[in-house]
Amino acid sequence: MTDMSVAYPERLTVDQLQIAPSRRHREAIIRYTLLVTALVSVLVSALIVWILLREAWTFITEVVWADTWGQQGWFPRRGLYDIPTIIVPSLIVTGIAMVVAGPLGLGAAVYLSEYANRRVRSWLKPALEILAGIPSVVLGFFALTWIAPNLVGPIGRNTFGVIGAVILLGYAAVSAGIAKAKIKQYREGVADPSARVGAVASLAMLVAVFAVAGAWILGVWLDFAPNNAGSLAAAGIGVGILTIPLVASISEDAMAAVPDSLREASAGLGARKMATATTVVLPAAISGIVAAFIVAISRAIGETMVVFMAGGAADAARFTDSPFEGGLTMTAAIASLASGTDSVVGEGLTFQSLYFVGLLLFLFTLTLNIIAARFVSKVREAY
Amino acid sequence: MISRLSDEKSRAAIAASIERRRVDARGLLFRTVLQACLLLTLALLAVLLITVAFDSTDQLGARFWDFLGGTLRSQSGDEQLGVHQAIYGSMWIAIIVALLAFPIGIGAAVYLEEYAPRNRFTSFIEVNIRNLAGVPSIVYGLLGLALLLNGQIFGLDRLTGGRSTLSGGITLAILVLPIVVITSGEAFRAVPTALREGAYGVGATKWEMIRTQVLPYAAPGILTGTLLSMARAIGEAAPLILVGAVTGRLGDNPGLFDLGALDERFTALPIVITSWTQQSGRDAGFATAAAAAIVVLLVFVLMMNSAAIGLRNRFEKKRG
Repeated sequence: MTDMSVAYPERLTVDQLQIAPSRRHREAIIRYTLLVTALVSVLVSALIVWILLREAWTFITEVVWADTWGQQGWFPRRGLYDIPTIIVPSLIVTGIAMVVAGPLGLGAAVYLSEYANRRVRSWLKPALEILAGIPSVVLGFFALTWIAPNLVGPIGRNTFGVIGAVILLGYAAVSAGIAKAKIKQYREGVADPSARVGAVASLAMLVAVFAVAGAWILGVWLDFAPNNAGSLAAAGIGVGILTIPLVASISEDAMAAVPDSLREASAGLGARKMATATTVVLPAAISGIVAAFIVAISRAIGETMVVFMAGGAADAARFTDSPFEGGLTMTAAIASLASGTDSVVGEGLTFQSLYFVGLLLFLFTLTLNIIAARFVSKVREAY
Repeated sequence: MISRLSDEKSRAAIAASIERRRVDARGLLFRTVLQACLLLTLALLAVLLITVAFDSTDQLGARFWDFLGGTLRSQSGDEQLGVHQAIYGSMWIAIIVALLAFPIGIGAAVYLEEYAPRNRFTSFIEVNIRNLAGVPSIVYGLLGLALLLNGQIFGLDRLTGGRSTLSGGITLAILVLPIVVITSGEAFRAVPTALREGAYGVGATKWEMIRTQVLPYAAPGILTGTLLSMARAIGEAAPLILVGAVTGRLGDNPGLFDLGALDERFTALPIVITSWTQQSGRDAGFATAAAAAIVVLLVFVLMMNSAAIGLRNRFEKKRG
């Protein structure tokens, strides 16, 4: 008979399989500490919403609503809170910013994603990232000291001259198209010999029109006295430059997510690069591009310093709907009311008006960001 | 169709159109327009940097050390005009941001990526953080104003001393917190599963696995994110205006390591730039002072940004 206890080892207990209690304890402590750090952001959100709602509620319930619409302007220290006075400039600045950032950002993104080779990309992307990292106060300074006198000044002073120049340039573009068609006909030998004359004539006209348009623009640019006055247009261009990298990077990510098989299929069907880019890649990436624009709009509405420095208005403003005048956006209204004096003083609700505007701003940007997130998740689903 | 193809003339035309090299004029134009977009953007960046550099020479070229050592003044011609207080203010704000936002943000990212169960509450936290990242900076200023200056909820104004460096630093720490969480989270997601499984396989607990495998592997990514958010915090001005950064004259002139001064009034580089730019209408000399302060700020910000970009590119290349 053999000894059974040797063949059958001692039974393992749960305790033996578990790690030491001290280690287990430490794990639990670490886990809950990390949970607390994750909850900090929830606390921050709750505080933001609570504080905005609390102060804004006082404003909403106590303000004379007749003073918030159709007044001469935003004069919080005198109890005049004309809401259109700060909403309309916000829209103007955002609109101008998107006119600048939309085409430039999207164009840069298409070039980087579809055309640039690796070596060019390795140069251009860091350059765009440098632009993305430039603080908004720097753009504010640039908008006031360079954009306002050099770009906005001439346009604002010579609105008609600029319109004339734009019409001339449009005409030049049309005649360029005609000239191109004539040359094509001539090259292909479709038309009779007179096409050659037509081509030369339209080319000459093109050169002439471009020359006149150029001279006109130059004239407009020379015919101004530089001034340092800020305006909504100057601020808008500044905000636009600030948002170019945002539009470019989000749209480029969206285009990079389009599988190469689509591009190859398009090329296989005989499409040129431009046709592939415009009819295959852009439509496939459209959700991401829309998201890029929405995020940029949200960023432009929330941008404070550029407008505060280059928007051309102090802590109060009359109603304006002209981009060439000074004005207060929602953000600049908050900033300018809080700076200057040591504390926010004035008529009873001045302090609360800050939070009311802040709440409006918060709701605007939150809505836009949620919509943008929807679009981004669409891109993720598709590919 | 067949009859047409057999037609001698069509055949020649087809052969000609296949063989002929035609210039794709539209494609070329399209490409040129795209290039122009990029070049115009870079040109604007170049003009910005050159303008600022030229404007700044009046101060930085003529009186470099005086400018760095000077203080806030009401006249631009003042011999003692400079950014010394602003540099100290910005440095302390950076330190406070690093001490508050980095541990909390990285901790939150570890929890969300490694511990959190996939349920509604977790996705609520994640959505919440993404939305926080999109809140305009001035709204954080409003939060700081109510919470740290007026002490409306927890009476925190007694701790921070109201309009102080501490208030500014805490406000900006809250501002960059979501950015730190998001960028660190991305770094954690890039860690290969095999590393985790290897650690578990040799008997590591979850935290031991994270400490010895996940954190070291994700460290460059985390560092990139923290550098970028630090640059953001240093350049941010709007929230500081609301928590009462000084734009006019700052009486006291504490040393860099004067901890007792943290609950006193402060100023920072972006605030000084704003204030001097706005005063340049009244006193043109302030424009060059603002440009000089911008150069000082850009040196800090661009150093951090390019370090972050370089770090990221290096590790992307290494890890394919």
